[in-house]
Amino acid sequence: MTHHSLLRQITDYANRANPYPLYKELHNTPVLHEEDGGPYLVSSYWDILSLLHDPRISSDAANLAAAGADEMGGVAETGLPPSFIRQDPPEHDRLRRIANRPFGPPHSPRKIDSMRGELAGIVSGLIDGFGQARQIDVVDQFAYPFPVTVICRLLGVPREDEPRFHTWVEPIVAGLDPDTGKDDAERRRGAQEARMQLGMYLAQLVEQRSKEPTGDMLSELVTSHGPDGPMTTMEVLSTAVLLLIAGHETTVNLITNGMLTLLRHPEYLERLRNDPGLVVGIVEELLRYEPPVQLVPQRTCIADIEVRGTTIPKGSKIWLVLAAGNRDPERFTDPDRFDPDRKDIQHLGFGSGIHSCFGAPLARLEAQIALSELARRLDNPRLVKDPPPYRQNAVLRGPRHLLVDFDALRP
Amino acid sequence: MTADDHLAWLRCEGRIVIVGASLAGLRAAETLRAEGFTGSLTMIGDEPYEPYDRPPLSKAVLLGKASARHTALPRRRDVDAKWRLGVAATGLDLSAQRVRLADEDEVEYDRLLIATGVRARPWPKEAEAQLDGVFVLRTRDDAVGLEQRLRASPRRVLVIGAGFTGSEIASACREQGIAVTVAERGGAPLVGALGGVIGAVAAVLHRENGVDLRTGVTVTALEGDPAGRVRSAHLSDGAVIETDVVVVALGATRNTEWLTGSGLGAGPRGIACDAGCRAFDFRGIVTDDVYVAGDVARSPHPLFGYQFLSLEHWGNAVSQAEVAAHNMISASADRRPHMWVPAFWSSQFGVNIKSVGVPPMGEEIMITQGSLAERRFVGVYGYQGRVIAAVSFDNTRWLDFYQRQIETAAPFPVESPTVDRRPEGRRPIPSDFPDPSLPSHGPTVTLSGYSPADRRLVFSPARR
Repeated sequence: MTHHSLLRQITDYANRANPYPLYKELHNTPVLHEEDGGPYLVSSYWDILSLLHDPRISSDAANLAAAGADEMGGVAETGLPPSFIRQDPPEHDRLRRIANRPFGPPHSPRKIDSMRGELAGIVSGLIDGFGQARQIDVVDQFAYPFPVTVICRLLGVPREDEPRFHTWVEPIVAGLDPDTGKDDAERRRGAQEARMQLGMYLAQLVEQRSKEPTGDMLSELVTSHGPDGPMTTMEVLSTAVLLLIAGHETTVNLITNGMLTLLRHPEYLERLRNDPGLVVGIVEELLRYEPPVQLVPQRTCIADIEVRGTTIPKGSKIWLVLAAGNRDPERFTDPDRFDPDRKDIQHLGFGSGIHSCFGAPLARLEAQIALSELARRLDNPRLVKDPPPYRQNAVLRGPRHLLVDFDALRP
Repeated sequence: MTADDHLAWLRCEGRIVIVGASLAGLRAAETLRAEGFTGSLTMIGDEPYEPYDRPPLSKAVLLGKASARHTALPRRRDVDAKWRLGVAATGLDLSAQRVRLADEDEVEYDRLLIATGVRARPWPKEAEAQLDGVFVLRTRDDAVGLEQRLRASPRRVLVIGAGFTGSEIASACREQGIAVTVAERGGAPLVGALGGVIGAVAAVLHRENGVDLRTGVTVTALEGDPAGRVRSAHLSDGAVIETDVVVVALGATRNTEWLTGSGLGAGPRGIACDAGCRAFDFRGIVTDDVYVAGDVARSPHPLFGYQFLSLEHWGNAVSQAEVAAHNMISASADRRPHMWVPAFWSSQFGVNIKSVGVPPMGEEIMITQGSLAERRFVGVYGYQGRVIAAVSFDNTRWLDFYQRQIETAAPFPVESPTVDRRPEGRRPIPSDFPDPSLPSHGPTVTLSGYSPADRRLVFSPARR
């Protein structure tokens, strides 16, 4: 082959701004296996959906390690056990149940909705903070600080420590990037080191909370008295690392991708300004059209599995390309069109099955409030650079900066 | 008029009558309009209410978390129908294409959809059934009455029958701290629907939640005080239960009596129809203007050996109504078969139970994920070497996979590894369904007849 494999083109940073033509190409080969020992890429909506519900697919970090993939979650390497996103039932289910008690139904059904006023307050504060400036970076001044503040309050991590933990979060997130090219081993070591550091930082907080619970999620996790009992300290730490990272590294992209997409489709920005109720449909369509998690690279199969006539042998790595499934013409009419009025919008943006996004209700609410307030308050916003510069990561894909000019700030 | 002309005329100016104004009836009406039917549409319902949702009646409504008066079904679209609510249909004249109503009125149709559903099987002894405090639970009015009585701090509630409805009622009582006895003829709760292996788990759930569960017994008599209020119940083992509220949860009876003598293939087991929802007449000849959908229908299912399935499932009612409505106004080449894979859910004692396929066909069961003892598991039923059904306790998210296994006739026993497979799940064991010839409150799937020409489909008058 003279050209690079599709897989390498997808992970290649040069294609970060617009990977969608590559995903379209993937649809020609619904199960793509390009290199010995490499992953099987699955790109059609129905296949992805069925594999997300398939009990022969494992998320267990140990199985992935056996498949020869990167593994940053092993106990031996970092001292922290893998978080529940990298475990199978029954351990996954137990940890997720405990984590969910202070977060969602059935035990805390009103938790997220009760944060609505607080979230709106944070958003107003950030927008007011633009001051007299007539150009902002949506990422640094808004889409990043907003979810960070929210997850810090929810977990009970001091917001002022953000500069500290940010230095650890970056290499951890980089470790999730399946850039199959360079410096893999070094990148992984960096991620493991950072994960341990972050864990140690959180350990101090967890110790405080176990003595003096303060009602936040860290306190709830260490003192949980549900039928599953509390988590061990180590389990609390890996769960806290997971929630802290997932709580903002994905939402920042959802909000930024959202603003970018709206600026590219100004008619919807205008409609949103006049009708804030439209934001629900906009966010759902964004999760389809520009999902913040583009693919799930962490699954292996524990049996031979047949998908569309191709047998994926036991022990293989499988990548579920959610962003490609979201634009599968077999599933969505006119899939490349951004259409918030779509009624049929069962997207894969939050995944599906037992690992479906834990924070989905929070992410939805954050994005809804963020986008409707930006639309309402920025007068005549314009993109400064299209496409904007992107972050390195192919999985958690989004702009690194998003400069926007505007004429005035509405009250 | 050619067939094409007739169809065009029907879609434009035809008269469609839907008997049964609940879930299936409403969804059919909406589908007809969505597919461009512009003729006249009449909805006939014996209850005085607009279509409402029944599943909450045995759950949130009994807990006082939702009002039975606010369970109206959300509308997909305007149906622009003439509503005849609170008036039961009492007869059908197939040759004159007319439905007779309880108020002596008659309504003519060009296409008829029968979606009269089922009603709760009443307590067989009429005098005892009349006692104050004796309930069934099927309708909004039933739920309002029962909920009020639960509010009034009864000494004890007796639930007769531990099928899904009975178990959900018992669960709602316990959640409110009300003492409850459940009397079940079979060996365990849910045995008719899910078999004895799963029934044993359900029995533990009942007992752990403080239900006084009595299995292998029947209620022989209900006794009232001089004021006509129920006071006690006698069981077949000699026990006497002091109680203020008795809920009879003995399954359902199909609402087909109004069709007696009409010439339609209707009887106590429902109305037989083909996979396209067209009703059979009593000779086994398919009609072309009478359609059936929902709980009252029995139709052959290719996935299950073309057996005629009667399904009392919410999802089935919706799916069958959509297919029936589509077929009513389509040319024969455009018609679709109703091939919905049976699925139902229940929520009781804090556990979410869901099933796909036809568990009562299962000869054996295998716990492929989780564990019975932890009450979180997926059980897979096998029939003649293939996967025929699956049930989950607090493991709903895997069931899509098993549904596909059923649809593709995947081999049983399930050999390939699955996540969370325990040693107990490596071998199939007998699923332990009770003898189907014994009376029971009934599984929610029943099998009857083998083919459209089965003699047992011949018209049989309603029992009573």
